[in-house]
Amino acid sequence: MSLDVDIEHRHGTFRLSARFVSQPGVTALFGRSGSGKTTLVNIVGGLIRPEHGRVTVDGKVLVDTERRLFVPKHRRCIGYVFQDSRLFPHLSVRQNLLYGRWFSHGNAGAVADFGSVVDLLGIGPLLERRPLSLSGGEKQRVAIGRALLAHPRLLLMDEPLASLDEARRAEILPYIERLRDKAGVPILYVSHSVAEVARLATTVVILADGKVTAVGPVLDILPLADASDGGSVLDAVVARHDEQFQLTILASVAGELQVPRLSAPSGAPVRAYIRARDVMLSLHPPQEISALNVLAGKVGQITPAGAQADIRLDCNGATLMARLTAKSVQRLALAPGRPVYAVIKSVSFERS
Amino acid sequence: MTAEEWTAVRLSLLVAVTATAASLPLGVAAAWLLARGRFWGKSLVDTVVHLPLILPPVVTGYLLLILFGKRGPIGEFLNDAFGIVFAFRWTGAALACAVMGFPLMVRAIRLSIEAVDTRLESAAGTLGAHPFLVFATITLPLCLPGVIAGAILCFAKSMGEFGATITFVSNIPGETQTLPSAIYTLTQVPGGDAGALRLTMISVVISMAALLGSELLARRLGARRVAT
Repeated sequence: MSLDVDIEHRHGTFRLSARFVSQPGVTALFGRSGSGKTTLVNIVGGLIRPEHGRVTVDGKVLVDTERRLFVPKHRRCIGYVFQDSRLFPHLSVRQNLLYGRWFSHGNAGAVADFGSVVDLLGIGPLLERRPLSLSGGEKQRVAIGRALLAHPRLLLMDEPLASLDEARRAEILPYIERLRDKAGVPILYVSHSVAEVARLATTVVILADGKVTAVGPVLDILPLADASDGGSVLDAVVARHDEQFQLTILASVAGELQVPRLSAPSGAPVRAYIRARDVMLSLHPPQEISALNVLAGKVGQITPAGAQADIRLDCNGATLMARLTAKSVQRLALAPGRPVYAVIKSVSFERS
Repeated sequence: MTAEEWTAVRLSLLVAVTATAASLPLGVAAAWLLARGRFWGKSLVDTVVHLPLILPPVVTGYLLLILFGKRGPIGEFLNDAFGIVFAFRWTGAALACAVMGFPLMVRAIRLSIEAVDTRLESAAGTLGAHPFLVFATITLPLCLPGVIAGAILCFAKSMGEFGATITFVSNIPGETQTLPSAIYTLTQVPGGDAGALRLTMISVVISMAALLGSELLARRLGARRVAT
């Protein structure tokens, strides 16, 4: 699947001008609120008609203003999971799930049968209930199932977890991962959470003030994402477990990382997310220090931001972001090319 | 009760049911247009729909007579083309009642359509439903209480309609003499008081039954929605 977007749209004083091509898997549209993410997704889904430009999915033109072409939303075969689940209150969960099936004409999208979708999302016990009696997390799972069962060739998810608390998010994220890995439907995923994007995305499109500022694989792009919540993503595999201290040792190109015991088996791929402010830098290999994880690297780009600076490190090919005060940068005389040791205070781990 | 009074009751029910049933599809369509449509001349349509509510009923009845009478432009055409005659027939009474009840019906339905979340409708669209099917499967079921309320209002208005009916189709026993006309006639003749009172009671009972019926129906629909 490839999604090719090149559009311009004005909404009041807001201008959206976006151009990107996405790869198979999960493409994350990332940006702060008000950056135009939802507008862009609505244009792809056919809820908004763009002023100029074109959108194609797998070579099939959905909108082309030059050729005056506009495929209405009900003929696009694009599933849409909304932030507010939008389940039909007068229908049971089962009827909600089957709603799209009345209209899908066995198109070429990924074939998802009722039983496997219900299993995948764990909504079997809810089938005879009414949407009003479901919790927020349950509603979102049903909404995802409903979109899937319409056999979409592309799934749009507009901050599907934004209205949920931390616990409910943790409940749904694994289902979306399974969707990505098992259902084979490409997903355009809107989010303003670095952690979500780090965990789910293969490609990231960063949107700021209605413009695409970066597109690329998640490992390269995410470190640039958002200055206020900067961080980096490391792909690793579980090397072994240390049962005595309840630790797990991970192997990555940047080096080994020791983290609190994970339930993943040896050899399992893991994606680690390291926040920039959890990284300290030292010019010499630190000795007698409590932190377990020290990675060697070279200073790349330094981006000053007021009293602070974001340092981009190259750790044997992997990118690591560190946030230091401007004073520390001067004291250590950090400059591009300088070898340093990154001390990582904490790592959050997401199974990938 | 005399045979003539029974006839008036039966005729009134026939006229009211016909008027309500015939105008319901049109009423839903007009309500949808006014609630969701965006077109030039919308306020004009809105005004025309509401006109019978503001005009004196006699004026509405007279306008119907001019338009739908035997020599009226529409009445003559309908007679020539389809053999449909409204003038001085019970069908004319039904037409008068439908026109008088229409604004009440459209108002109630329109309000309930406006209360339906358009986001649900666009969600149904992304699931592949054609706009017409979105209306049939999402909008209509969700605004059903309003449709019922509108139908009941139209029915009640039809049961009580007097001015437009008597102006348009006169007061012919057995053909156009509905309950109100019959009551009016009885009050005009000596010794008619007992009959007028009987018909008044029947009128009250029918109106209350209609109201109660709609309440029950709306409650059942509401209960079904919340049920798990």
